[in-house]
Amino acid sequence: MNGDSPSQILKENVWTNNPIFIQILGICSTLAVTNNLTNTLIMTLGVMFVAAFTNITVSLLKQVIPRKVRMIVQTLIIAFYVIIVDILLRAYLPEISKSLGPYVGLIITNCIIMGRAEAFAQSHGPIISAWDGLTSGLGYMWVLMLIAFVRELLGFGTVFGYAVLPETFTPWTIMVMAPSAFFLLGSVLWFAKAIILKKERGK
Amino acid sequence: MAPEIHPIVLLFASVFTSNILLANFLGMCSFISISKDMKSANGLGLAVTVVLTITSMLNWVLLKFVIIPLDLIYLRYIIFIIVIAATVQILEMVIDRVSPALYLSLGIFLPLITVNCAILGVALFMQIREYNFVQTVVFSFGSGIGWWLAIMALSAINKKIEKAPVPPALKGPGITLITIGFMAMAFIGFSGMLSVQ
Repeated sequence: MNGDSPSQILKENVWTNNPIFIQILGICSTLAVTNNLTNTLIMTLGVMFVAAFTNITVSLLKQVIPRKVRMIVQTLIIAFYVIIVDILLRAYLPEISKSLGPYVGLIITNCIIMGRAEAFAQSHGPIISAWDGLTSGLGYMWVLMLIAFVRELLGFGTVFGYAVLPETFTPWTIMVMAPSAFFLLGSVLWFAKAIILKKERGK
Repeated sequence: MAPEIHPIVLLFASVFTSNILLANFLGMCSFISISKDMKSANGLGLAVTVVLTITSMLNWVLLKFVIIPLDLIYLRYIIFIIVIAATVQILEMVIDRVSPALYLSLGIFLPLITVNCAILGVALFMQIREYNFVQTVVFSFGSGIGWWLAIMALSAINKKIEKAPVPPALKGPGITLITIGFMAMAFIGFSGMLSVQ
């Protein structure tokens, strides 16, 4: 990690050190909801919220938490914020909360959040840590939104639930099912790595 | 919600058609990093199956007799995760005492399991689908076996891929994910037989 300026962190988390295609973290719970843009948006916003607030809390408490039990304390902090997200969703977006099912709770085991708390918040101040959590969530969001866009468009012919493709279009059932998420994420990794390799060679 | 599914149907469904990894995307992190070598894949698969079965039983009992009667449903994430972490800790100590050989082969994988989303995922599925005790045992055991099967298959395939001419940019996680995609398609082939939701 070189340089801790806000713009540097933004660039790193969103592109050069993107949590998904460089670190391959936290894809478990969120891939499951990428056949629908609305669900993906809500889910990744939840991850952003939890990541930012967990980072603030860990950063503030880093002097107080004994090193030996810090993992379990971090997990409990994460669980606390996930409960808030869960309750908010249930109160204001009951329909989406239902269709996300257990996956909101699974944000707890999203390795990105724990990873950022360990790698960044443990050694930085609260405000910059919040920014780090937020931008990590952003880097996570755009990749998953891209996958969700392709899956929803080809799988249902819709974008955010609105029909955009003509009725003569035959939906690709495979896009709704699990394998397409793996294929698309694999392809995204392929493109991202190809661009990075090309840049390295150009230098 | 289908509380009347027969346990045997549920067992097959959780191993094949509703494979916790290939259909529900749970437990991917350790799956991708460990799947390079068959021996560790085997150890991790065994550890996941054991921990999954034990923690789901404990969590079911807690859910039924503590969480629901005391109306603590919003605290279930914290309770489930504490049960999982504690079980892993205790299991580690017990195995170390009873069978040092097993501890050596399993020991390094046990801490990884606390953060394996499949374990928490099964507990949450068990609660949402309102499984009874027998169904919970069968479902969690089957999910563990299904995960074990998937990671063994993937590590075997990875061994072949090592020697294959893969484009440099696709090497590593990229090709692994595409392989998992093909495996998921193969497992969907079982779905005509039975299905649970």
